[in-house]
Amino acid sequence: MAEKKLIALEINGRRLEASVPPNQTLLESLRELGYFEVKSGCEKGDCGACAVLVDGEAIDSCLTLTWTVEGRRLTTVAGLGSGEHLHPLQTAFIEHGAIQCGYCTPGLIIAAQSMLDTTPNPNDEDIRLALSGNLCRCTGYTKVFAAVRDAAAVMREGKRSG
Amino acid sequence: MSEPAEYFRPLRPTELRQVGRPLARTDAPGKATGSTRYGGDYTMPGMLHAKVLRSPLASARLRRIDVSKARALPGVACTFTGADLSDRLAPTDIPGQTGAKRLDTGQSILVKERVRYYGEPLALVAAETPAIAQKALDLIEYDLDALPGVYDPLEALKPESPIVQGSNNIVAQLKIRKGDLDQGFAEADRVIENSYRTQFVEHAFLEPEVGLAWVDENDVINIRVSTQVIEHFRSIADAVGVPHNKVRIMGAMVGGGFGGKEDLTVEIYLALLTRATRRPVQLVYTREESFLGHGKRHPFVMTYRTGVTKDGAITALKVTITADAGAYVFLSPYVILYALVAAPGPYRIDNLHVDATAVATNNMYTSAFRGFGAAQACVAYEAQMDEVAKALDLERMAFRRRNFLRTGDKLATDVPIESAVWTDECMTKAWEALGERTPDSVPVKVGRGVACYQQSYGRIMWLHDTSEAWVGIEVDGTVTVRSGVTDIGAGQISALGQIAAELLGVSLSDVAIYHSDSSTTPLAGTTTATRALYMTGNAVRLAASAVRERLVARSAKALRATPSQVDLANSRAFVIDDPDRWIGFKQLVALCASEGIHRSELALFRAPFTDKIDPETGRGRVHPDYTYGAHAVEVAVDTETGEVTVLKSIGAHDVGRAINPAAVAGQIEGGAAQGQGYALSEEMCYQEGRLITLSLSEYLIPTAMDVPQIESIILESRSGLGPFGAKGIGEPALIPVAPAIANAVADAIGVRVYDLPITPERIVMALRQPDSME
Repeated sequence: MAEKKLIALEINGRRLEASVPPNQTLLESLRELGYFEVKSGCEKGDCGACAVLVDGEAIDSCLTLTWTVEGRRLTTVAGLGSGEHLHPLQTAFIEHGAIQCGYCTPGLIIAAQSMLDTTPNPNDEDIRLALSGNLCRCTGYTKVFAAVRDAAAVMREGKRSG
Repeated sequence: MSEPAEYFRPLRPTELRQVGRPLARTDAPGKATGSTRYGGDYTMPGMLHAKVLRSPLASARLRRIDVSKARALPGVACTFTGADLSDRLAPTDIPGQTGAKRLDTGQSILVKERVRYYGEPLALVAAETPAIAQKALDLIEYDLDALPGVYDPLEALKPESPIVQGSNNIVAQLKIRKGDLDQGFAEADRVIENSYRTQFVEHAFLEPEVGLAWVDENDVINIRVSTQVIEHFRSIADAVGVPHNKVRIMGAMVGGGFGGKEDLTVEIYLALLTRATRRPVQLVYTREESFLGHGKRHPFVMTYRTGVTKDGAITALKVTITADAGAYVFLSPYVILYALVAAPGPYRIDNLHVDATAVATNNMYTSAFRGFGAAQACVAYEAQMDEVAKALDLERMAFRRRNFLRTGDKLATDVPIESAVWTDECMTKAWEALGERTPDSVPVKVGRGVACYQQSYGRIMWLHDTSEAWVGIEVDGTVTVRSGVTDIGAGQISALGQIAAELLGVSLSDVAIYHSDSSTTPLAGTTTATRALYMTGNAVRLAASAVRERLVARSAKALRATPSQVDLANSRAFVIDDPDRWIGFKQLVALCASEGIHRSELALFRAPFTDKIDPETGRGRVHPDYTYGAHAVEVAVDTETGEVTVLKSIGAHDVGRAINPAAVAGQIEGGAAQGQGYALSEEMCYQEGRLITLSLSEYLIPTAMDVPQIESIILESRSGLGPFGAKGIGEPALIPVAPAIANAVADAIGVRVYDLPITPERIVMALRQPDSME
């Protein structure tokens, strides 16, 4: 096996270097680096729990080799908002009761953010399609859809006034 | 039976301020930002990584196993095979709280000789890295001699079949004999008999099983694990041979359970490995191991023979249920008990025979799954109600109304139901909410279906269920709740906060809830059987009420009033008729603290206890109470491809009292999606016991593209045994969904598919029958 390589990563605005073997997935690297908000559900690209943004676009980190994202901008759900400073999607998920066990939530929020980046005024089909790679076993998706619709409106409003 | 009088005392008609509001759950922010740590998010320095070697055959004899090459691999710290273990078994019986003798149904922790199912654990390895542990597994040499197996429960009952368990493969057999069945059939104008089959189903929680264990300075085995049951610490201690007070289980937020994390998962393996190595050990299942590693929902074969008069009165019902228990007993005896009780559904059946049998096979063992046998029964009894109505040319809902069980009527087990039975109200509201019917458009046919149910909440009464909780007030006026309850995603913990906040007159944000630690939080029992709110909610209610009483007494003195004139709300104590006379909560607490008034309480809530039911007749009480409700759906069926689209999905349930209506709606919506998968797409497929659906791209749970906007209708009879009159909703939400969909498909295409899941293939086959599509 090839040697580990020092890879420059930008995660949630923080620049760091990590020694990474060529076959390591981004999911493994992120969790090794302490980004536990990136969840492992299947390691096969079936469930979407490990989704992160690469330059604003949602990808399954379990299907991405870390070497391939060197120098790109990575964002986890904690990078969207944390503590007192919540992202509108996070606020909407909390207020709508769209979170149950919560294991799929980071991936759902990442997938929704990726969609809203290019489709700020999504219809129901846009939302369904955007979330179709993210499995949730608890909520039946109904409150998730409502939260995404609501957050989209808040974000559009924010853009107008901001 | 003798319930404490308090169960049935009328509730005080005071205004509720926290209970009943759709508050944001206390666990939501951490989950939304990713700061919540789940079982797999805990690591320790120097931690070893464990892996499990599993049998590639479903029925075999282990002739030889040799771990010497694995042990010799640099970085391998420890291995275990069956030969390294004593004869202690891993208990598989339902966890008790009373110390009563458990069923003699254990499983070897690792195979010693006989392999009974595909994936049965053969060996354990702990190594410095997961990669080394995996390599070590590959170096383990073993010889398995294949043995004849049996993979169908009806086959397994035949005398010539291979024996998997006991002397005849029957792991449990129960019956109900109520009324006079022959007389009932004699009074019938028509007798209608059908058989229904259900499939193996996987919980498919998003978080695979995971745990981290270490031995501390006091020789205590600590295990941080994703589980519904922290009180397995007793079983783990027994299995590894240490006293009960030397195993500590710390839960974490659980990434979904649904019954699949009710039995032991990784705990015993971790306990063995950490004890042998004296190092921290982590064990993380892959998705495939998760599918292989825990019990499934029982497949049932159910035959319903219904006697009915021309005008739609059911005069007799004979039900035969055969359940595939798989290779080990686990909770099968209890699962078929639930099926037995649920068999007639929410209907008054005076002449009833039910025979339920759980049969061992070389399939994966089956155990707890949301609904616990009663879900399968509902698939059959609600399909049968539609089939009988159709045969008699009666309207489906009118036929149901004619036969609904009502308060005071006798249940299947011949004892009366005492709480509200609002099945009719739920069915009517769910059906009305379907609104205007979507028109057909060739080749798509639209159909509608409804299903009603009865589902218990609370554990089987002879398990003597109890729950403890501690509620206390810190000197700064904040409130602490301590409860061993685990939160598997339904908001179990947040609901406890709402109850404490209500009774102490503070807001939910003033309450901190510490949970699921067997050494520091009072033992609250399992998060199973739709009991968490009922039992633990009541324990918190009792503890908070005791503290409240002392605060009220002290504030009454301060306000020169009597305790009955004082209420607590908005973080103050005030005189009800003169709210300008008040004292701030903080000030009141400081007053109590300075006078040594006890500001905390440890309470125990005890469910009503009974003896077991009569084994000959099934007579007696099985559960403390039941939830009733209905689900209505509209589906579109493409008659060319057999594809089913669920257009509308509406659940209506009498939850007694919704402590948090948003959480209740969440349960209903989640149950609707899970039931939809059960009806249409989910099946764990085994070929000669070998699992062939090994991933979430082969085992198909509903996605965001499949599920319609689900509507929840919450009714509140306030008649439940839970806090503030609550019933349970966790399991109930799922129960009627699959049969409602099955009935809608039959309504659409005019012919019934008797087996779940109702796949496109089965629909196309059914449509090819000569009598279909008249």
